[in-house]
Amino acid sequence: MTQHDKQKIKDKLFCTIGYVATFSGLLILAYFLIDIFIDGFHRIDYDFLMGFTSRKAENAGILPAWVGSVWILGLTVVFAIPIGIAAGIYFEEYAPKNKVTYMLEVNIANLAGVPSIIYGLLGLEVFGRLMGFGGSLLTGSLTLTLLILPIIIVATRESLKAVPQSLRDASHALGATQWQTIWHQVLPSSMGGILTGTILALSRAVGETAPLIVIGALAYVDFVPTSPMDNFSVLPMQIFNWTSRPQHSFIINAAAAIIILLAITFIMNSIAIYLRNRWQKKIQW
Amino acid sequence: MAKPVKERIIELFLKGSAILTVGTTVGIILVLLSESIPFFKEVSIVEFLTDTEWTPLFTTKRFGILPLISGTLLVTFISVIVAVPLGIIIAIFLSEYASPKFRKTVKPMLEILAAVPTVVYGFFALMTVTPLLQMIIPGLSGFNSLSAGIVMGIMIIPLVTSLSEDAMYAVPKSLREASFAMGASRLQTAFKVVVPAAFSGIVVSVILAVARAIGETMIVAIAAGQQPRLTFDPTVPIETITAYIVQVSSGDIPHGSLEYKTIYAAGITLFVLTFSLNSLSFFIRRKFQEKYQ
Repeated sequence: MTQHDKQKIKDKLFCTIGYVATFSGLLILAYFLIDIFIDGFHRIDYDFLMGFTSRKAENAGILPAWVGSVWILGLTVVFAIPIGIAAGIYFEEYAPKNKVTYMLEVNIANLAGVPSIIYGLLGLEVFGRLMGFGGSLLTGSLTLTLLILPIIIVATRESLKAVPQSLRDASHALGATQWQTIWHQVLPSSMGGILTGTILALSRAVGETAPLIVIGALAYVDFVPTSPMDNFSVLPMQIFNWTSRPQHSFIINAAAAIIILLAITFIMNSIAIYLRNRWQKKIQW
Repeated sequence: MAKPVKERIIELFLKGSAILTVGTTVGIILVLLSESIPFFKEVSIVEFLTDTEWTPLFTTKRFGILPLISGTLLVTFISVIVAVPLGIIIAIFLSEYASPKFRKTVKPMLEILAAVPTVVYGFFALMTVTPLLQMIIPGLSGFNSLSAGIVMGIMIIPLVTSLSEDAMYAVPKSLREASFAMGASRLQTAFKVVVPAAFSGIVVSVILAVARAIGETMIVAIAAGQQPRLTFDPTVPIETITAYIVQVSSGDIPHGSLEYKTIYAAGITLFVLTFSLNSLSFFIRRKFQEKYQ
């Protein structure tokens, strides 16, 4: 066998290893998901979705948890989207290229790396105690807003960066002000990327548990929250609580709740990917 | 021409939003300091950093953070052993072997791994992986760092892959062509030309993976146990810094007590660890990124 043949075999071998490695993670995840489905799917029915938490696993439902998750999602949308996109626009369109801006950018990169549980400590102290919102939906959503802001800002900046300068120049040449240019030209043409990043960030917020435990979200709720000042639970909290119990019947409940949570996250991710592909096809500079 | 008032107000809002990010950082540091300084008035920093027992919730209280740090590092180490080789192999494969079409389809699929909520991974670790491992390792405890670490490793594969792949993809084609022209195979080119050229990017991906693993909470809170102990045995229950904060937060310890302040002391330790790693990665990226431009 020549040196050349040996190299060819090695090449083929690595190619095979590459395929196996690429799909190993996905296959393991698929195995997990199938396992969860077998455990929990039969548990999902109307009573499970519309029932309250109970000390008896067979009677327990997830109504307060998923309503809490919907509240959290809605409030986080209200806070995080305007602030995140506004900050992104500032950095990309307005900020002077100087040392201060550079420091602000370094700061955002660092914030993105701060563990989520630390945001929980921040939210507990600032929103929960100083502002007196306690363990309410408001505290929870404000905390999650701070957590996902860096993701939205980075996504906004990337999308704005992709808009060619000529578009801005043309708009300015026609007499539009800077903000008119951004609002009528730049934002519409970068909306795809911004929305994609934002939805991914929100789906992360829906799946977060740790910061909400710290701010004092409840594990056992026998009411449906009706205002932002109410205490609450969310699906991940409910799953965590049921997973921590020794009885097997609660584990089945946890698996069933996981199916619902995964359905929500996967739907949000699919929408994000769909939007990304749609906009990519539509706009070609 | 002066800007209309409306535009000024808008600009103020934009600027305010940008400055809020600084407020967040300042807020984090102030909150962590304001609660942990009183803690360190009662417990000396030397004791905190050198004592080998962590028992703030027991009658005999000891405040040595080392067991929590060792637990955190143990799980992180296991997860990195899983994620780094796999993540880098996948990155090399995608960047040097796979067709552009394959690459475009597979990358978003891998991102699914990172999109699954961590509480779900915790469930997997406790309910699926630990029982499987117990068949191979009979003495394995129901809560252990091995299973938590492996599952966490699977979760951070996409992080390693995507950053290393970006770095390899950015290596100029001419380098590869020169290597091929010298008669090198794809594999030789990948490992002797592309990987060394993209090395700083790969290192950054590993550092960020470590930082992510140190800060990960739910997997360890569910599957690794609540027993702080100074050990590197992956088969026994341990406790990480993050899991401790969860444990105290889920209980009903009164605000203002010394026990309560421990979560801020633990939090500031966690923050210092991840902040140093993130800054290091930023520094490396900054220093080496323009090499080929």
